[in-house]
Amino acid sequence: MFDKIRSFIDKIKPNFVEGGKFAWLQSTFEAFETFAFAPNTVTTRGSHVRDAVDMKRAMITVVIALIPALLFGMWNIGFQTSIYAEEWPYELGTAASWWYCLWFGFLRMLPLIVVSYAVGLGIEFMFAQIRHHEVNEGFLVTGLLIPMIVPVTTPLWQLALAVAFAVVLGKEVFGGSGMNFLNPALVARAFLFFSYPTHMSGSSVWVAADLWGSDAVSCATPLGELAAGSWPSDSAWDLFIGTVTGSTCETSVLAILLGAVVLLASGIGSWRIMLSVVLGGGAMGVLFNLIGANDYMQLPFYYHFLMGGFMFGAVFMATDPVTSAQTNKGKWIYGLLIGAFAVLLRVLNPAYPEGMMLSILLMNCFAPLIDHCVVASNIKRRERRIAAVANERKEAQR
Amino acid sequence: MKNLDLIKFPFSKNNPITVQVLGVCSCLAVTAQLKPAVVMAVSVTVVVALANLIISLLRNTIPPRIRIIVQLVVVSTLVVLVDQFLKAYMYDVSKQLSVFVGLIITNCIVMGRLEAFAMSNPPVPSLCDGIGNGLGYSVILVALGFVRELFGSGTLWGYPIVEKLGLYGIGYENNGLMIMPPMALILAGIIIWIQRTRNKDLQED
Repeated sequence: MFDKIRSFIDKIKPNFVEGGKFAWLQSTFEAFETFAFAPNTVTTRGSHVRDAVDMKRAMITVVIALIPALLFGMWNIGFQTSIYAEEWPYELGTAASWWYCLWFGFLRMLPLIVVSYAVGLGIEFMFAQIRHHEVNEGFLVTGLLIPMIVPVTTPLWQLALAVAFAVVLGKEVFGGSGMNFLNPALVARAFLFFSYPTHMSGSSVWVAADLWGSDAVSCATPLGELAAGSWPSDSAWDLFIGTVTGSTCETSVLAILLGAVVLLASGIGSWRIMLSVVLGGGAMGVLFNLIGANDYMQLPFYYHFLMGGFMFGAVFMATDPVTSAQTNKGKWIYGLLIGAFAVLLRVLNPAYPEGMMLSILLMNCFAPLIDHCVVASNIKRRERRIAAVANERKEAQR
Repeated sequence: MKNLDLIKFPFSKNNPITVQVLGVCSCLAVTAQLKPAVVMAVSVTVVVALANLIISLLRNTIPPRIRIIVQLVVVSTLVVLVDQFLKAYMYDVSKQLSVFVGLIITNCIVMGRLEAFAMSNPPVPSLCDGIGNGLGYSVILVALGFVRELFGSGTLWGYPIVEKLGLYGIGYENNGLMIMPPMALILAGIIIWIQRTRNKDLQED
């Protein structure tokens, strides 16, 4: 089987190298070839880190880490519909209904994922082709993240527009994967949030009322209820498990933590960032508890981890290796501020019920500055040390 | 350069907004709709052209140490005239533009042209330079106003074009981001991106 594919690729390869008939499709060909087989070219000059974890493996690990949240999100789409929709073919609570929830969610989720990948990868291939670059693997993750953080009823054309905006202006304009300073998935969500607020207001989401139609039921999310001045009607346990309304795949803290375990065990996600985001958010939550000026401030601080996209952002968005701070000390500052700003925005600004997206985007902008300061202070400290040692020697010589 | 070139130059390699990156503030503020954008563009063009002409005529009599103040007096006078004209004949647009007409005084394009060109060139080329830069500014403003009003409000010059085409019926919606000032910056950025890609001279390393 694999031999056949290999020989087929080798057979058509001459067409795509320089001078071949389809040389202008070289990047596309290379992308598919290296997707199927490990490349057999080696670097001949300079020193390089040799490691089994290359970009493709790192990206696929993140995709694996996303699977628990994705599966739960699909099931939850169906589950919410079964509660709010007028018609549901199975009796609630039965095994048949349980499986149908998953199937229903899968069918609703599939178009979102297909559109996201088709538009995003299309643009990626186009730019790679124009610039004669390799096609980067970064979009494998971004393309899955985007449908996971939008409401299930987002119209597909709006999603396509947002993906195009995010890939072109969030990434390609700066030179492609690895050169972007904003997380492309969050750029897509921010675009939707500001462009079509009626679909993305954050205070309420639309639960799909039937399988294919655009009928939808508007339901307040826990965060929306809080912004409107009342405590969430869901218990903390429900919020933890994730059987609440919200964007497609961000409701379940449990499923996200499973993903976090994968990321941490493989070393791809930074534990410093995840921990410091939670600490920053917690500290801000405790501070508001102590002030306690209104109902929202009195809300126990751990609720902030359970509601909305806080954990999803902390585990999958803030840890993006390209847009986060690179230095270890910088990661702590970056994470603490993300958590703190997210809770600050939630509590103090009712116009933005979910502060996580804006807070991560804000800190994405500041990550290079944080790194610069950390590096500069390190250099200064070492210079002082050198000066001190030099002084000591002088003293000793006297 | 010939006078005609002075008018043409700001359209391509020396556009005040996309190359000199001046006058960006008003370009963000007044382009949410086409009509105010056009009025603003015409106002700035008139002010730049006349200010360039007047300063160029006075250039040999202005003591260098107080030249900025003299320039400001000339520009303010012209802007007040424009403002009064708008209030008299286009009151609604004048209200929409509010402070931004007055802020033409501080528009960097005006001061920039006076300092860089009118102070050291004869009147006719100065007039041409002013018209050219005003029009270069206008092109970008009108382009942004066109795109932002069409996609942001679904209208053009107040005419509900998207509604007449029946696009709302098939699920189309106006893009709220287009009305916000950041989108003007992003659109101007896209224009700069395209311009620099096509024009190698403008790329710096």
